[in-house]
Amino acid sequence: MTSTRLAYRSSVAFAYVLMLMPVATVVLTSFFRDEFVSFPPSGLTLKWYTNAWSRHEFAGGFLISIQVALIATAIGVPLGTAAALALSRSDLSAKNAISTLLLGPLAVPGVVAGTALYLFYIKVENAVDLDIVGTLPALIGAHVLLTIPWTVRVVTASLQGLDRAAEEAAANLGARPWSVFRRVTLPMLRPGVVAACMFSFIQSFENLELTLLLVGPGKTTLPVAMLNYLEFRMDPTLAAVATVQILIVAALMLITDHFVKLSRVV
Amino acid sequence: MGTLLLEGLRKEYGEAVAVDRVDVEVKDGELVSLLGPSGCGKTTILRMVAGFIEPTAGHVMIAGQNMTRTPPYARQTGMVFQSYALFPHMSVAANVAFGLEMRKVGRAERDRRVVDVLKLVRLDRLADRLPRQLSGGQQQRVALARALVINPAVFLLDEPLSNLDAKLRADVRSEIRALQQRLGLTTLMVTHDQEEALTMSDRLVVMESGRVRQVGTAEELYENPADAFVADFVGRCNIIHGTIEGNALRSEGGILLPCNVEAAPGNASVLALRPERITVRPGSDSGGVLARLAAVLYLGAQTEYRLDLDGTILTAIRATPADNDAMRRVKTGDMVSVSWDTAAARLLPA
Repeated sequence: MTSTRLAYRSSVAFAYVLMLMPVATVVLTSFFRDEFVSFPPSGLTLKWYTNAWSRHEFAGGFLISIQVALIATAIGVPLGTAAALALSRSDLSAKNAISTLLLGPLAVPGVVAGTALYLFYIKVENAVDLDIVGTLPALIGAHVLLTIPWTVRVVTASLQGLDRAAEEAAANLGARPWSVFRRVTLPMLRPGVVAACMFSFIQSFENLELTLLLVGPGKTTLPVAMLNYLEFRMDPTLAAVATVQILIVAALMLITDHFVKLSRVV
Repeated sequence: MGTLLLEGLRKEYGEAVAVDRVDVEVKDGELVSLLGPSGCGKTTILRMVAGFIEPTAGHVMIAGQNMTRTPPYARQTGMVFQSYALFPHMSVAANVAFGLEMRKVGRAERDRRVVDVLKLVRLDRLADRLPRQLSGGQQQRVALARALVINPAVFLLDEPLSNLDAKLRADVRSEIRALQQRLGLTTLMVTHDQEEALTMSDRLVVMESGRVRQVGTAEELYENPADAFVADFVGRCNIIHGTIEGNALRSEGGILLPCNVEAAPGNASVLALRPERITVRPGSDSGGVLARLAAVLYLGAQTEYRLDLDGTILTAIRATPADNDAMRRVKTGDMVSVSWDTAAARLLPA
């Protein structure tokens, strides 16, 4: 083996170690018996998993997070897909401006966006005399903002690779615009839309910064519940919860990859 | 089946005029080709017929009805796309059934017609395959079947052979032509390949820079080209610029070339002479114009001679002479005598 190949391989290996180290550490720690993490551990246990399950803030947070992520994805992906279609198909003059605006939530720090939304919700609350801050719909609305940039990006990429001639062929065969979209465009975009759903779900499911200011009592999401727990205790319960989270996200990616090759879409 | 009539068709893109004053008629059951170099506007015309592009001016009449502003889905045209444009997520049968579904044809009749048309293109055994599991030639036959099954008023072919390899091309060419004649399909085809156009079409429309140069049968275009562009584009032709002097044209190289001056149109300034009309004899004393052989290319049944007439280059193509013929032994650098029937040397406008 030449020295350049050796250098290349070791830098690839180093990158993998760097990426997987924190994940491995978290997973390992979740099995350590000691309340204060030390190495080597005095023994291994599953009690942190049972502890996490028995504490209602984690189980409840988990359910809220799933619920918010599912609904936000169900709203955000159709909206983002429609936006991507409009942006790549129409000849709007403000196209670039709109596209930048839609990708905005990616650029603005989560805490800033969260604060802005919080203030916005307060203003609206005062104006219409309705409870908004701390409600589930308000939280879902905020998370829809997280799903849109990802959807717009992924679907736009798939649209660029789409053969317009197939749509023309459908029109030529007698399909009206809506039929063309439903029977040809959408099925051809399926890999992009599935990937957009996955990214949107994960973005929402693990978001902390934007969510922090918007959760209400008893409606805490899992990442916020974890942060709250961390304020008072440092035991491996959190590592156990994080391990479950990692497993869910990994499973989601594997399942998605089975249906559409993610490397081809993103 | 119906007729197709294009009247004064024009398409502008900003300042640029892609198609200008095009009048074309395709009669019932006729195959007409739009032939021209890329960028001549032929594809734009086809897309205006299908309804994907709206003309700036003029009319598209399909089966006697003005369809100029009719959306594509209501035009009753059946188009075969250059890329085939099959629906990648549908089986062969579903691709073919699509047009019938859009026409709300009942299940039983739909299935029957799909089977029939797939038999017609010899794909009935591959009905359940996906497009990506088919070869290029098979994909093209699916595209044909899909356009045929709806019984279109006008059949549109966009460079139908360009994505096939050379060997397959000749087969598919005669297959499409046979199908078109048997079913009496009114067809408009776009191609830049003159051989394709000459062998498949009833009539050809030669186009250049958005304008029609000449309309006619293959024979009319070849034997009677309207101008130097058509002569050069349809078949091979020696095109020589110069000035008319008596019964000849003096080339820019200063050589006098005898030609048919009486039949020349007033604005003629170019001599057009087909390579197979030039006779080449060995030696410098056989009469005609003296030339040096710049190259002799043996092509099997034919031999191509590059003739250097003191700076003016002519190409002659003749049947390869017999073994005992003196012409068989000429080689590059030899002097030869060149002659032609003056009737074959036409004077044309540039």
